[in-house]
Amino acid sequence: MAILLFADHDNASLSEHSARALGAALQIGPEVDILIAGQGACAAADAAAALAGVRRVLLAEADPLAERMAEPTAALIVQLAVDYDTILAPATSSGKNVLPRVAALLDVMQISEVTQIVAPDTFKRPIYAGNAIEVVQSTDALRVLTIRSASFAPAATGDGAAPVVAVDPAAAPALSSFGQNLLSVSDRPDLSSARIVVSGGRALGSKQRFEAVINPLADKLGAAVGASRAAVDAGYAANDHQVGQTGKVVAPDLYIACGISGAIQHLAGMKDSRIIVAINSDGEAPIFQVADYGIVGDIFDIVPQMERAL
Amino acid sequence: MKILVPVKRVVDHNVKIRVKTDGSGVDLANAKMSMNPFDEIAVEQAVRMKEAGEATEVVVVSVGPAQAQEVLRTALAMGADRAILILADGRVEPLSVAKILQRVAQAEGAGMVILGKQAIDDDCNQTGQMLAALLGWSQATFASKIEMEGAHALVTREIDGGLQQIRVTLPAVVTADLRLNEPRYASLPNIMKAKKKPLVQQTPEDLGLPIAPRLTVLRVEEPVARASGIKVGSVAELLDKLKTEAAVI
Ligand SMILES: Cc1cc2nc3c(=O)[nH]c(=O)nc-3n(C[C@H](O)[C@H](O)[C@H](O)COP(=O)(O)OP(=O)(O)OC[C@H]3O[C@@H](n4cnc5c(N)ncnc54)[C@H](O)[C@@H]3O)c2cc1C
Ligand SMILES: Cc1cc2nc3c(=O)[nH]c(=O)nc-3n(C[C@H](O)[C@H](O)[C@H](O)COP(=O)(O)OP(=O)(O)OC[C@H]3O[C@@H](n4cnc5c(N)ncnc54)[C@H](O)[C@@H]3O)c2cc1C
Repeated sequence: MAILLFADHDNASLSEHSARALGAALQIGPEVDILIAGQGACAAADAAAALAGVRRVLLAEADPLAERMAEPTAALIVQLAVDYDTILAPATSSGKNVLPRVAALLDVMQISEVTQIVAPDTFKRPIYAGNAIEVVQSTDALRVLTIRSASFAPAATGDGAAPVVAVDPAAAPALSSFGQNLLSVSDRPDLSSARIVVSGGRALGSKQRFEAVINPLADKLGAAVGASRAAVDAGYAANDHQVGQTGKVVAPDLYIACGISGAIQHLAGMKDSRIIVAINSDGEAPIFQVADYGIVGDIFDIVPQMERAL
Repeated sequence: MKILVPVKRVVDHNVKIRVKTDGSGVDLANAKMSMNPFDEIAVEQAVRMKEAGEATEVVVVSVGPAQAQEVLRTALAMGADRAILILADGRVEPLSVAKILQRVAQAEGAGMVILGKQAIDDDCNQTGQMLAALLGWSQATFASKIEMEGAHALVTREIDGGLQQIRVTLPAVVTADLRLNEPRYASLPNIMKAKKKPLVQQTPEDLGLPIAPRLTVLRVEEPVARASGIKVGSVAELLDKLKTEAAVI
């Protein structure tokens, strides 16, 4: 039977996580419909229809869906569920918020953060901060999955052949209401999909020094900026910059860790990067165990040198 | 308003776990166990809300083996009023945990349930959302701030691009993110006092809930190890390697 992909988007555009989740969905089966739940979301629906391999795009528009609040969005997906045997979403904050609610309403045990499709009912997922990989098989007739997008290549953008079909969301009780989004504005690439990430840790010592040392190198490389939890907790970087088990999971081509010790919770968020560079004054720091290239030295000396030499 | 806080006993976050060589699971024998760190944050939040007069009672509940009493005692020492242990050995999936918590929340007449956003062992990030669905309540996940406004709560959530503020109608389920607060350490007198606070035990069967897992764990594998890297002596050498050997810049 068919697969329903609950897409991640902001009405105006489709996030790359959705294309990556489609890559995973197509490994499960060929009949994939993408659900765009939103308001004024035609642009996102058109972008979804242009992806290679999509059967149909379902466009559900209503005011309560504009910000994809959990209660009405879960009700909508449950309403559509009968036609599908797999429902999945990228494991973004939106997917993680909505899908477990859907799973419980359908009495299904969800499988979170899938990193590999073994068979249509069997999946690999990391547990214990990525220190073990669990191979799980679902016994439910319907499967609900969140997909770790860093583990899958995005589906290609085709030529817009899939039809966009409007669906009517049933009225759901208004249990909560949207207030406002306070989004970080930045000209840098998005952390979770950037090709290069430059991350700073506690060693930076202050917000000013973080910005003076990390940002110029990131800008020279066209990179996104990441941070350890210690750096975020100390206020050197914004919350949404945190990389790790409980922050964002990234897998860029190049990850440069500056003054980060390499705690398992941090490694959980970046150890699948293609190339890892570590700069740390302590030659014994655990970060060097996962680094392809390490420099033992002072970040306040090394990082500006790198920036100048590029 | 009564606040219910589910707390999970998990392997301590400092323990480096090992996969069993026969692939049957993770070797936790003799590993240090603690309260899931996100649940400490949830307990702290509930206790602060009681101290601020926004809550009347804080009840903590754990689903797990008899040893989960220890994490419940820790929560009592932090300021929770009483504890419930639902005895269950072996695997209890989030859906089953959520069904158990649903019965407890209803029996207790809770006005808010505050959970951790994820447990650091299974990293499922599901239980709170599932509980909200089963109860038919509103949900506010990944909370970094909770402000009470009469019959509503204004919750600031950590989302991918920054923060989001939403208003939920009570009763509601909230899941705690890292920045909600910094949990207190229990003082020695409070640890002593906690020993006398009520802790009742029940079984899933008492609640009329058999707990059969829906997922079969076929095996647990070691993650693919990275090939060991090299240390370079200078910035020039590093940039050269990145350009020619790795071809990433
Ligand atoms: C429940 C839980 C969840 C967590 N989630 C995350 C998460 O998602 N992400 C995360 O990152 N962490 C997370 N952590 C925290 C994690 O355990 C570590 O505490 C954190 O990653 C440490 O950050 P750090 O490496 O910046 O700081 P530290 O461990 O203090 O390391 C600083 C490093 O900088 C080096 N240094 C100092 N000065 C210099 C200098 N001048 N030049 C070069 N190097 C220098 C030091 O040698 C040291 O290695 C979590 C912890 C818990 C309990
Ligand atoms: C003794 C024991 C051994 C286990 N061994 C394994 C194993 O080897 N392999 C395996 O796959 N699973 C095992 N499990 C099951 C696993 O713990 C469940 O999947 C888990 O209860 C829910 O997943 P999670 O904690 O990642 O949920 P999440 O959704 O990440 O948890 C979020 C929050 O829900 C609450 N919560 C979750 N679980 C409980 C609970 N039990 N009691 C109270 N509150 C809770 C907490 O507030 C927590 O912060 C075991 C469980 C127990 C009790």
